[in-house]
Amino acid sequence: MRALMVALAAVALTLPAAADEKPVELKKAPGLDTVEANCSGCHSLDYILMNSPYPNAALWNAEVTKMIKTFGAPISEADAKVIEDYLKKNYGS
Amino acid sequence: MLTRRHLVGAAGAGLALAGSGMSLRTAAAAGGLELPAALPQGLRDHVVLDALPGKKPLIKLSYRPPNYETPIEYFRTAITPNDAFFVRYHLSNIPEVDAKTWKIEVGGDGANGRAEFTLDDLKRLPAVELVAVNQCSGNRRGLFQPHVPGVEWGYGAMGCARWKGPRLKDLLDKAGLKKEAIEIVLEGADGPVTDKTPDFIKSIPVWKAIEDTTLVAYEMNGAPLPHLNGFPARVIVPGWTGTYWMKHINSISAVTKPDSNFWMKSAYRIPLGKFPLVARFTSQDSAVNTPISEMVVNSLITDPVDGATVRGTPVKIGGIAWDGGYGIRTVEISSDGGATWVEAKLGEDLGRFAFRTFSYQLSPKGAGKQTVMARATNKIGQTQTAELIHNPAGYHHNVIQSITFNVA
Repeated sequence: MRALMVALAAVALTLPAAADEKPVELKKAPGLDTVEANCSGCHSLDYILMNSPYPNAALWNAEVTKMIKTFGAPISEADAKVIEDYLKKNYGS
Repeated sequence: MLTRRHLVGAAGAGLALAGSGMSLRTAAAAGGLELPAALPQGLRDHVVLDALPGKKPLIKLSYRPPNYETPIEYFRTAITPNDAFFVRYHLSNIPEVDAKTWKIEVGGDGANGRAEFTLDDLKRLPAVELVAVNQCSGNRRGLFQPHVPGVEWGYGAMGCARWKGPRLKDLLDKAGLKKEAIEIVLEGADGPVTDKTPDFIKSIPVWKAIEDTTLVAYEMNGAPLPHLNGFPARVIVPGWTGTYWMKHINSISAVTKPDSNFWMKSAYRIPLGKFPLVARFTSQDSAVNTPISEMVVNSLITDPVDGATVRGTPVKIGGIAWDGGYGIRTVEISSDGGATWVEAKLGEDLGRFAFRTFSYQLSPKGAGKQTVMARATNKIGQTQTAELIHNPAGYHHNVIQSITFNVA
């Protein structure tokens, strides 16, 4: 699983689907590494910025769950918790 | 799991696009990008104008998958230029399609046989040309209060073009449609990054698929489709929201049971009974919701822009109106907060599926702030809503728009 996550992150770094995707800089805070490693395999991180800061805690939890359950993101339970905490603290209401 | 096919596809796309050297990036503030105050603050703080290969700078909401909306200035005419036409993808694997080897396969358990079409085959079929609006179901989602998650579009997730190609019906007829067929399932060459993510697949009811105006278009405004608008061909479903206009179409299946994939069963649904819809997709109804179908009647004021300062009188109020294919009957303007309305002059009629321009010469009572509203009504009497019809996914925003400008 860890290898797969690294593979996903590598795809994001080396194979942008858009023209010349610039890195999206999120707030430097605990959990950022986990967010970048898990989320950016499938989408650029501006999805987080544009959907902020309105989500409450329940909505951010629901979004992370949707990425895993509906869209099949291979995110461990421990990482999911870290991602949820990061989003709630830095991009929540 | 990542599959080799996906990696190769993504790598090809990345290299091809990276080599084009067309990027232009402008900070929103520096570029004078005035976005509606109702959009999420996180979007307003970080949005940029960015040019994808072959495109003018558009309002970048997300790089990957690419979601770029058209600035309002391009809506002053009924036809939206190809290089300013909005870009919307759900999934990140967008291969460059080789028109020489690309083909559409037609079949399914609702068809008598199978058929294949190359691009040359498509061009040999009788061609239909029509002007139609392609609007994302979630256009204006970012204006929802309270906000709902998703791509937080402002006004520009739409465009109107002259499309050319054969009727979808003519392709289906080559395979032979059984009378038991109830839906036509559409699939394109783009897909997810991992095989655990549901591929983007949509269906439309047979009755809509075989209408004379439902096309497989290989031309847009007299030119091949831009790569990011579905090259080499996409399905045109006039009157219906963009979710059904499958890009890079390569598979068309007639089926005898309702399609049950995520993008039909769970996504793109609206609550039953909340919107005034005529065109229904009943084979997909659940007890509480139904697939989005035709667009609701709507309008956009393009002149003046919200917040502008204008000099001289009268002031030209301009914009566009559109609906789900019944045609625009009137656009009315109010300059007193909705107390009284006067009819605007409609521009050229490019057909019932097209943007209809409107204009009105307003004589303000004096200098200072002036608010103007526009309200479109279609030929079956549907009109725009005064209050947002809230729904969980943020679709069908057609609240009467109000803009304020300063008369110098």
